Amino acid sequence: MNVAVAKTGNGRAVSDLFASAEGRLPGSPAVIAARREAFETYERLGLPHRRIEEWKYTDLRALVGEVLPLAAAPDAAALKRAADAVKAHAIAGARKLVLVDGVFVADLSDVKALVSEVGLKTLRETLEKDAALLKTVSTDAVIELNAAMATDGVVLSIADGAQLSAPIQIIHVAMAASASAFTRSQLAVGNGARATIIESFVAAGAKAYQVSDAVIVTIGDNADVAHIRLLDDAPDAVNITSQFVTVGANTKVNFFNMTTGAAVSRLQGFITLAGEGSELAINGVNLLKKTEHGDTTLVVDHAVPNCVSREIFRAVIDDRAHSVFQGRIIVRPDAQKTDGKMMTRALLLSDEAEADNKPELEIFADDVSCGHGATAGALDDSLLFYLKARGLPEKQAQALLIQAFVGEAIEQIADDGLREHVIGIAERWLERRS
Amino acid sequence: MALLEVKDLKVRVEEREILHGLTLTVNEGEVHAIMGPNGSGKSTLSHVIAGKPGYEVTDGQILFKGEDLLEMAPEERAAKGVFLAFQYPVEIPGVATMNFLRTALNAQRKARGEDEYSTPDFLKKVREVSKSLNIPQDMLKRGVNVGFSGGEKKRNEVLQMALFEPSLCILDEMDSGLDIDALRIAADGVNALRSPKRAMVVITHYQRLLNYIVPDVVHVMSKGRVVKSGGKELALELEASGYTQFEAA
Ligand SMILES: Nc1ncnc2c1ncn2[C@@H]1O[C@H](COP(=O)(O)OP(=O)(O)OP(=O)(O)O)[C@@H](O)[C@H]1O
Ligand SMILES: [Mg+2]
Repeated sequence: MNVAVAKTGNGRAVSDLFASAEGRLPGSPAVIAARREAFETYERLGLPHRRIEEWKYTDLRALVGEVLPLAAAPDAAALKRAADAVKAHAIAGARKLVLVDGVFVADLSDVKALVSEVGLKTLRETLEKDAALLKTVSTDAVIELNAAMATDGVVLSIADGAQLSAPIQIIHVAMAASASAFTRSQLAVGNGARATIIESFVAAGAKAYQVSDAVIVTIGDNADVAHIRLLDDAPDAVNITSQFVTVGANTKVNFFNMTTGAAVSRLQGFITLAGEGSELAINGVNLLKKTEHGDTTLVVDHAVPNCVSREIFRAVIDDRAHSVFQGRIIVRPDAQKTDGKMMTRALLLSDEAEADNKPELEIFADDVSCGHGATAGALDDSLLFYLKARGLPEKQAQALLIQAFVGEAIEQIADDGLREHVIGIAERWLERRS
Repeated sequence: MALLEVKDLKVRVEEREILHGLTLTVNEGEVHAIMGPNGSGKSTLSHVIAGKPGYEVTDGQILFKGEDLLEMAPEERAAKGVFLAFQYPVEIPGVATMNFLRTALNAQRKARGEDEYSTPDFLKKVREVSKSLNIPQDMLKRGVNVGFSGGEKKRNEVLQMALFEPSLCILDEMDSGLDIDALRIAADGVNALRSPKRAMVVITHYQRLLNYIVPDVVHVMSKGRVVKSGGKELALELEASGYTQFEAA
């Protein structure tokens, strides 16, 4: 990557990207030093490219090229437009936490209702004290860049035994054009707690913007957590999200991701099953068109015995779009009786659509049941003809079959209302095709 | 009035000619039976009428209500009143039968410029028809034909026929895989649809079905042609003597 270099106060050279943002980045002097270090690591590595194994199919140098300057903090007019976008994307009954161009906006959030049930801080606040939240173990350049540049985020803690009465919806609204937003959040779920968290990425008139998000999730024992991520960014946006998840014992976790937007997106999830007897379901659907590139990369690490993990992933790929699924299951030497399976299927709606699938099993224990399966193909002509012979036009017949195809992943969402919401997103995507 | 006119139809599949100049005219209100040995082209004819891709019509024409059927997409044919009850109905996992029936019915109505059915009207209609065909409601909640027995699949085809009220019904071996009771129920369902405006083409290997659905005309097909046509007694003749006399021809 080609970046201009500027001299800063202490004489060290950093690129414009960091230098021009530095004054706006929250944190104590120690935090700023940590940011600088992270940025230097990022600069040394540069944007990931195809020769880095984990990024083989998603070459950010080729797909994205350069990181755009940090978006300006939203002004009053922008916040007004953001309010409309929030209204349009709010899920009925959920309590909202809103980030606009990477800045938490209390006025658009349901802070009052939330603080009665959960601990809530902003990333900005926590960084005044220490840099802990910027430290994620990684040598991944995009994660380092996120640590360097994160302007805000939500830091949620759900106490032991808490049973949230309503889902929490974190809404990331993009407003600016040709700018980037960096957010970093933490969700800490206590023992025996029960929570549903939704994360939505939406645009309010924003164009050609970049989103970098990092989410650190820690879940205790005997908990029950559903996490649903809905990526509906603008068609020319970039969204790179990293999730770091640690799961305690006897806990149920149900993750779901739906990608229907962004020119380039990557969701990379690093999930560690750290307590015995837990069940992890991590499912997703990519609906891609035009030249969109959507990547889901998951590393599920069975660190202890007796856990179950299930991954069901469906991609529907139209035009010249490209879907990537990389799934790695690691079973540590101690993790006997691990039951880990992943199944990924891609539906190619055009001759130029592309699907890459890379499953990896790294098994170091001997008494385990692990497996993966993958298929890629077009819609079945004989099924299409049956539907057409019953009066369905081509696109409608396709839509019915595509809904059935993605339904295999969507039906894993336990909550009826959220499942219907996600089905609705798929239906609207299909309607726009016809 | 002629509802369906197939004139000197020649059809190829994968470079091989299957129909070698087939002619058939079906008038409104009539029931025609087509019998003929395995591989004589009966299903091919029904597929070409329904518009299945993969068949190349090299000569001849098919008129439906005077219009060129071969120019129409399969869904247009359906909306205009062509219905084929398949010999081998496919299974469509993940598409609930109820949702499929409603989507299909409303797509046909929309294509004809008619109002879509309201949900209560639709449900009422499905309930009536499925009851008369002895189809349990929970079957309709399952994926289309998924896990249906052979007989249930065939009854599901008749259910659709009753629901869509087509003007031309082609039944391709509706009787295969049906037990005696199911056969009677399905045949009753078909007979209930007989009307002066509607015609039926019943493809079968067994004269028994024609005791229930009594045809006006019986055709014998052999090697891609209609080789003999006659009244319902022709079916009895075939039952007694088989097809050898025609194969020699
Ligand atoms: N897709 C295809 N590719 C190659 N040959 C085909 C294809 N479809 C049909 N045929 C051939 O065309 C001929 C007629 O087949 P068709 O299914 O129409 O016969 P049928 O009269 O319906 O027979 P049956 O009584 O067994 O149902 C057969 O020889 C069959 O093998
Ligand atoms: Mg046949």
